[in-house]
Amino acid sequence: MQYLVSVINDNANLATPEEDAAIDVFNDRLQAEGYWVFAGGLGAPGTATVIDSRGGEAMFTDGPFVETKEYIVGFWIIEAPDLDVALKLAAEGSKACNRKVEVRPFL
Amino acid sequence: MTETGVQQAVTRAHREEWARVVAALAKRFGDLDVAEEAAAEAFATAVERWPADGVPPNPGAWLTTTAHRKAIDRIRRENKRDEKHREAQMSYEYDEDPSEPSGPIGDERLRLIFTCCHPALATEARVALTLRMLGGLTVAEIARAFLVQESAIGQRITRAKAKIKTARIPYRVPLAEDLPARVSGVLTVLFLVFNEGYLATGPDTDPVRHELTAEAIRLARLMRALMPADGEVAGLLALMLLTEARRTARVSSSGELVALGEQDRGSWDTALIAEGHQLVRERLASGVAPGRYQILAAINAVHTSARDVRDTDWSQILALYDQLVRLDPSPIVALNRAIAIAELDGPQAALATLDRLEEKLAGYHAFHAARADLLRRIGLSRESRTAYDKAIELAGNTAEVASLTRRREQLG
Repeated sequence: MQYLVSVINDNANLATPEEDAAIDVFNDRLQAEGYWVFAGGLGAPGTATVIDSRGGEAMFTDGPFVETKEYIVGFWIIEAPDLDVALKLAAEGSKACNRKVEVRPFL
Repeated sequence: MTETGVQQAVTRAHREEWARVVAALAKRFGDLDVAEEAAAEAFATAVERWPADGVPPNPGAWLTTTAHRKAIDRIRRENKRDEKHREAQMSYEYDEDPSEPSGPIGDERLRLIFTCCHPALATEARVALTLRMLGGLTVAEIARAFLVQESAIGQRITRAKAKIKTARIPYRVPLAEDLPARVSGVLTVLFLVFNEGYLATGPDTDPVRHELTAEAIRLARLMRALMPADGEVAGLLALMLLTEARRTARVSSSGELVALGEQDRGSWDTALIAEGHQLVRERLASGVAPGRYQILAAINAVHTSARDVRDTDWSQILALYDQLVRLDPSPIVALNRAIAIAELDGPQAALATLDRLEEKLAGYHAFHAARADLLRRIGLSRESRTAYDKAIELAGNTAEVASLTRRREQLG
């Protein structure tokens, strides 16, 4: 069972060196214990482009599909047997990156 | 057997076996939806068949077997409809875990409780799900008890079940390291149910809704049977029993709430008090530091030990509140502690304590009611009247408003 752990940012600050170091330690643990699937950081919402090809031709729009104060700055995809395990890992991830995270199951 | 006899047997089986049947099916099929529906069908079949066939010698086993068949029928029906759905369903079956402990902690109802009270579910969803799956209350009954539309309760339960399934909230007793926090989550749900029954929040409702307090006590007894070594479980059960014991004395014949100090102590339920005191003594004898519910139970044990309000051991009560404040520094605990101070050191000392709480409790009716009472006792009628006005304005329960209004009228 896979879960998406999204990292939510509520300010424009980049990760500090301490946070980066803590994230590395957490990532190593995920890999060593077999929970790791993938992870990555994302550019700011201002770097996003929305594409809509439903009308036949692709329409490009600058910026995120929805403007919000809080947005996703990164994510983990983890493999966990159930939500209890996923929540525990997410709690550690939140501590490591010093941000709120959201857990959602893949279907 | 007579018709009423059969009816009583069905009612008793429902009360005693519902949670066990749902829990057994949830474990077997890994799906709360299937478990709930099949259990309901099995009880409906019992209502139909028992009057003609007679009550089976082991109603619990009969119901479990019948529900099991109903669940398999349903899954077969769905398989024919959707082959892919079947795969999803079967892949979600739980494996038997040989490392799981046997005995009460291995009881399937305990897993069901922890699943229904999972921290990933919203509190009101936990309450509704627990009353439906463990308590066997119908959606209509839950809606009536909480004065919420039936459709809203139905939706809460449906959403919660969907989340449990899709996000894979596990069906098991939490690990030992997580147990205290998870037990505390279960107790919060049971206490919420009890409190809603004990002091309904809405206007024009019965001041006490016995069906909710009774259900909360029944579920707390179940928790106690399943986790006999847990101090807080015992504490919450004792707290509920000692509070429920005063239920009939709490509302006057004219429908007014009666304060603890003015209650007819002769009408308290002595059996419930004895049971509550026994639990409190057991916890004291354990020598383990008490948690919040155990301290609250001990406070209620002191109150219910006094044959007359004047015999109340207030120094003991204040000592317990001092202990509670260290665990739970909330302003509501501080307010109750101030009431004990009034009895020991006089209303003036208590008012000084209340003044410090004003900022946090200005929107809480009980704060103004307590203040009004203290002001009245030191002869400040005008200030007392203003405080009663505020309390009446903020109080939601009709019986409570009636009692506050009478007190205000009694001011000179």
